[in-house]
Amino acid sequence: MAITSSTTNGGGRPQLAATSRRLGERAIIGALALAAVISVLVTVGIVVALLIPSVEFFSEIPFAEFFGTSEWAPLFEPPAFGVPPLIVGTLSTTFWACLVALPLGLGTAIYLSEYARPRVRSTVKPVLEVLAGIPTVVLGYFALTVLTPFLRALGWQVEIFNAFSAGVIIGILLLPTVTSLSEDAMTAVPSSLREGSFGLGANRFQVSTRVVVPAAISGIIASFVLAISRAIGETTIVLLAAGQLARVSFWPGESVMTMTAFIAGTGSGDVPTGSIEYKTIFAVGLTLFVLTFILNIISIRMVRRFREIYE
Amino acid sequence: MDPTSETPPAAPSSPVATGGGLATLSVEDRPAADALPLDQREVVFDCEGVGVRYDGKRALRDVDLRIHANAVTALIGPSGCGKSTFIRCLNRMNDLIPGASVDGAVAYHGENLYHPQVDPIEVRKRIGMVFQKPNPFPKSIYDNVAFGPRVLGMKDQLDDRVEQALRRAVLWDEVKDRLKEGALGLSGGQQQRLCIARALAVEPDVILMDEPCSALDPISTSAIEDLMLSLTNEYTVVIVTHNMQQAARVADMTAFFSVDQGETGARCGVLVEVDRTDKIFTNPAHERTEAYVTGRFG
Repeated sequence: MAITSSTTNGGGRPQLAATSRRLGERAIIGALALAAVISVLVTVGIVVALLIPSVEFFSEIPFAEFFGTSEWAPLFEPPAFGVPPLIVGTLSTTFWACLVALPLGLGTAIYLSEYARPRVRSTVKPVLEVLAGIPTVVLGYFALTVLTPFLRALGWQVEIFNAFSAGVIIGILLLPTVTSLSEDAMTAVPSSLREGSFGLGANRFQVSTRVVVPAAISGIIASFVLAISRAIGETTIVLLAAGQLARVSFWPGESVMTMTAFIAGTGSGDVPTGSIEYKTIFAVGLTLFVLTFILNIISIRMVRRFREIYE
Repeated sequence: MDPTSETPPAAPSSPVATGGGLATLSVEDRPAADALPLDQREVVFDCEGVGVRYDGKRALRDVDLRIHANAVTALIGPSGCGKSTFIRCLNRMNDLIPGASVDGAVAYHGENLYHPQVDPIEVRKRIGMVFQKPNPFPKSIYDNVAFGPRVLGMKDQLDDRVEQALRRAVLWDEVKDRLKEGALGLSGGQQQRLCIARALAVEPDVILMDEPCSALDPISTSAIEDLMLSLTNEYTVVIVTHNMQQAARVADMTAFFSVDQGETGARCGVLVEVDRTDKIFTNPAHERTEAYVTGRFG
């Protein structure tokens, strides 16, 4: 008590009180909180904007018809609203994209992280990043005017618009994403683990596949998830190269319509606002959103499970 | 084809068998299987003029050193004296560092370790290594020990092999009920013993230990020192340590490394002297060694 009274300086204000009121710091906290609130609000806003026309759509077209019938012709007379052809189209192009991007991307990442000399790495990485910078519209025309004719020249009678060309080129588009994120994850694996396994007489391939990849698995899966989500959402390439023919077909040489191609194609047409055709766009958009969302949740779960095992 | 396969790793007990009756001046009072004096035992490593450069900069030069079988050889010295660099020459770990180059000659059981036809993977099968920081793989305890046998194709009776290795590393009783659990859940000392078990599981000839106790508490340290002493019955052990008491406790031979400052100011590690541990600590031949072991320097 005596100490307290002797050290306070007259006015009763403790010497350790803040000299200024730190307005600047509060302003910064406010600005940061505002940024967080805005991004949450925008997300909520998008979902609401997607939900309202979709709810109106489903009050006219029952769920059973939308998901249970397999003819898609909303702009025709009489219209048909069976979404499965679009889902099949999306899954088909996504499948080919993943078949290209995941193994090739992981292989490239292993090579760059575990095998390549620093000089090779510093050449290959920028080249891959250039690939990421090519506009998708260019890639779409590449699929249509180079890859498809090439497939035909090889003797495979694919349709002019086909799921395979579009999917493969989406895979090329995603290659830098998978490579870069997976390589980061592998480079982050401590070199003590590599030394430990080399010290036991493992060769480089065994070190890569049995130690580094398992230790980096959560980052690798995260890169896969991002790639798959982007393949599902990719629009321009499928619009240009996969066609506009909605049908339930997994055959790679045939033309398919994806959900994104329908949205972009119809949205750029002249459907009147408020009409059922207009609401169709939102119903398909919501389906796309839910599909991507479920996929993300599954993969986050997977990453967590692997994490528990490995870290 | 492979030169290392011409000479199978010598049975570590052979000098004992031949010299059992010649109980001359035993340097240690352990009832170990080694009645021969150190300098008459088989030479495992014979190093002549060994040096290392990183990106052309010399880190170590002119090391002449013999390492004998069934003994613990300690490498001591101040930071930057090249003792870790040297131990990594013995199983070609320096190959993994870009820009590192080794000169001089390292003979392992009489065979040039750096012969162009020698496969570093064959070398590391026989010469195991334990590192400064425990580095168990983020896998189960069992999978950690089984890793070496699996990559080397020694897959028969894997369970027995894992158990034997864990028993020799004095870890079995602590982990036998949780072999499938993650190795990262073990304490630091247990992790380091796991790394030793992992190295033993491939039945090497030599175990190199690079400051194996520097990240551990005194109790774990003492457990690992006991373990090292028991290993010399079957293995040759080389240990790098910055802890002189540890060298005095476990080592039969001690090599003292120090740093030379060249005319250009470049620092470079050198071997000052190597001798029996009791001689290094009580009656060293060099002044620099004496200054270091009495704590006046380094």
